[in-house]
Amino acid sequence: MRAVITIAHHTARRFLASIPALLGVLVFTFLMMRVLPGDPAVFFASDPNAGPEEIEQMRKTLGLDRPLPVQMAYYFRDIATGNLGRSMTTGQPVVTDLAERLPASLELTVTALVLALSLALPLGVLAALYPGTLLDHAVRFVCSLGVCVPTFVSGLVLIYVFYVILGIAPDPTGRLGAFDAPPPGITGLLLVDFLIVGDFESWRSALSQLILPASTMALFVLAPLARMTRASMLAVLGSDFIRTAHSLGLSRRKVIITYGLRNALLPVITITGVVFSTMLGANVLVEKVFAWPGVGSYALDALLASDYAPVQGFVLLMASVFVLVNLTVDTLYGIADPRVTIE
Amino acid sequence: MSEYLLRVKDLHVEFTTRNGRVRAVRGVSLALSPGATLGIVGESGSGKSVTAYAITKLLDRAGRITGGSIEFGDSDLVSASYEEMRRLRGPAISMIFQNARGALNPIRTIGQQLVDALSAHRRLSKEKQQERVLDLLAAVMLKDPERILRSYPHQLSGGMCQRAMIALAIACEPQLLIADEPTTGLDVTTQKTVMDLVARLATERKMGVILITHDLGLAARYCQNIAVMQEGVVVETAPATQLFGSPQHPYTRRLVAASPTAHSTLDDLGVDAESDGVPSCRKTLQSPRTSAARPLLTAKDLTKDFSGFRAVDSVSFDIAPGESVGLVGESGSGKSTISRIISRLIDKSQGSVVFDGHDIGDIPASDFHGSEFRRQIQIVFQDPHESLNPRYTAFDCIAHPLRRLDRLIGKRETKRRVEECAERVEFDCALLTRFPHQLSGGQKARVGIARAIATNPRLLILDEPTAALDVSVQAVVLKLLDRLRREEGLSFFFVSHDLNVVRMLCERIIVMASGRVVEEASSLELFRAPQTAYTRELLEAIPSFDPRRMREIG
Repeated sequence: MRAVITIAHHTARRFLASIPALLGVLVFTFLMMRVLPGDPAVFFASDPNAGPEEIEQMRKTLGLDRPLPVQMAYYFRDIATGNLGRSMTTGQPVVTDLAERLPASLELTVTALVLALSLALPLGVLAALYPGTLLDHAVRFVCSLGVCVPTFVSGLVLIYVFYVILGIAPDPTGRLGAFDAPPPGITGLLLVDFLIVGDFESWRSALSQLILPASTMALFVLAPLARMTRASMLAVLGSDFIRTAHSLGLSRRKVIITYGLRNALLPVITITGVVFSTMLGANVLVEKVFAWPGVGSYALDALLASDYAPVQGFVLLMASVFVLVNLTVDTLYGIADPRVTIE
Repeated sequence: MSEYLLRVKDLHVEFTTRNGRVRAVRGVSLALSPGATLGIVGESGSGKSVTAYAITKLLDRAGRITGGSIEFGDSDLVSASYEEMRRLRGPAISMIFQNARGALNPIRTIGQQLVDALSAHRRLSKEKQQERVLDLLAAVMLKDPERILRSYPHQLSGGMCQRAMIALAIACEPQLLIADEPTTGLDVTTQKTVMDLVARLATERKMGVILITHDLGLAARYCQNIAVMQEGVVVETAPATQLFGSPQHPYTRRLVAASPTAHSTLDDLGVDAESDGVPSCRKTLQSPRTSAARPLLTAKDLTKDFSGFRAVDSVSFDIAPGESVGLVGESGSGKSTISRIISRLIDKSQGSVVFDGHDIGDIPASDFHGSEFRRQIQIVFQDPHESLNPRYTAFDCIAHPLRRLDRLIGKRETKRRVEECAERVEFDCALLTRFPHQLSGGQKARVGIARAIATNPRLLILDEPTAALDVSVQAVVLKLLDRLRREEGLSFFFVSHDLNVVRMLCERIIVMASGRVVEEASSLELFRAPQTAYTRELLEAIPSFDPRRMREIG
């Protein structure tokens, strides 16, 4: 109980400590908006034939005639009230768009990560148990393949094999099968929502939509996770306390899992955090290939259309996610390793 | 059933390395009766640990038993399968290791690990298990067992970890306990408690014990029989008294001669010589010290606080020019903190450090490298392996202070000075192009000393400079240090936990405990008539053998 309180205490402290970093991101996105070309007043002036007075008027309403610090204060106030501006391509508030698309990205990333971990951990452990053998080389080969083939290539190959040739996979057109109605938006995560509603038919169909893009991403991040597990596991297996465990006659399973893997997981936790953040932001290519309605492709489309509010929102969202993920990783690390005190 | 508990016959172990096969153990034969204690002594690389790991079949992947037999009771361990060995480890044979903290799982509590050890071989109910675990902790005399159960290894001291390790090893009541350098890195007093504990448990439980150590004194005190190993071969096996009284093999004789004892002087080390009965110390008259001379260094009321914890509490002492002062104490006594303050690597909290009439205590440690006094106060660090930059050749290591502190730029001049330093420490100039990993322990120690004396300092601070070295190498390094001091008029501030070493090298000894000076006296006085109980305890804890007495008994 006391340990739980300590961890909660440390976590709260860590969260407070990450606020400056978030403020820095806010200032950065604000300055980015000033530096990028384009005059929001012209965009927002309703009438295409608006005269200079009307644009001036709009500038006043938007507060663009004020000095920069005042504008920054307005910007902060907007963000504090959850107003990230309006996307011109979708015509909706950016917050609404992001709230709609973030679950799609999260669902894809988390599934891919779980898939990658459930492959990478056993592979890494096996490679570490039999270093230099055929098995070790095979694992190394799979990892190299995963990391050197770009996701859009591996994605297309998977589509070609499983959809075009074998015809097992559904057509790669987003999260929902063609004949499924979207569930009521409870969490936004389709797999969770369909389960809550109890619509198992649609759940299966959503899952089959998810498998190919998730596999594509999992393949890509398999390498860092498996290699890290192997290296860490090798180091741990060579350490003194493993020798002690053997000298006490503990079972092989106990030595490898409880004494070996649990210690080896510590660095893997850190890498997993980094991999997760990277995946969430960098899976644009996978989202594009599979027409997945995620935040990455949303931001890319907005950027191409010179629609800056969504891009800003995206940067802010990613920064927050990054902070949160790091916080989670540190907390997990603190729980997993009693020697670490989270400061 | 044979009369022996363990009988090793003509054991051969090979390691496959990048440079081909290494025959680490070449035809070792040993025998141990039930309840007896056998010491295996030898220097690093002699194959003593490999022999132990071969017996328990815990060799690295690269190691392989290539010949011989290991009879334990009625079974031959060489041909035993993994599962057969697993069932023996714990209830029949178990081990305790050097560096107990590293030998315990860092993320499991002591209690969990004890339960793991028990449940690997016995099915016990939860209550029985708990009861047994508490019994074990009581057996190894750990106070506050409830707290220890919930502790992780990093929350315990080295001595406590070693006791927890012993509790693990005896959890399933083995008949044979192999202790691999169980007290290396522990204080002398802790070493004594741990070894006494092992000896007591062995007698109580009639365990056979194999003690592997490089410390002849320790082996002499705790073992009935001793096997001396050199380069994978047992060169001599004999009862302890006989071995130390009249060593037969030349290597045993060398080893016995190189080990500091309560009576040896530096001149004795490495040569066969009678000592004169009185503990000999550096005689005061040997030093150029005169009472009228201004002290080279004066520390006054030194105090150091680490966030609320007072590590050093108003410590004062002088070091005269050319004098050698020893500072001894157990870990946590504050001796390293003092040496770091004097070396100006950390700042004091209060007090003053006056060097040659200048107050250097107020120069922040972070700026001291720019001070003219940096050249005059140099340090020889504890571990010659760790304190050399692995990417620097021996030449660069020695040249570094010359370039940084003496602002030496010319190539030819640097080369001349570096070679001169190498000669002063008797380091072969042909080895200067080598990297630390290509040098032996003794050679690395020489490079560390050459680096420290490169700028011709007046005060050399030696922080356990021989702790990581084999006895024969230690003897040579100690002699070298003593010669340097006499020839170059250096002052030494020698920090160590090894009282015998300090006694031989220093004229005066300061004893510290919990941040305070407990006693200060000339080495002669301190050993002859220690004034405080703490010093007496320290002196008594030194495991040593007395060749003369052994000779009488043997």
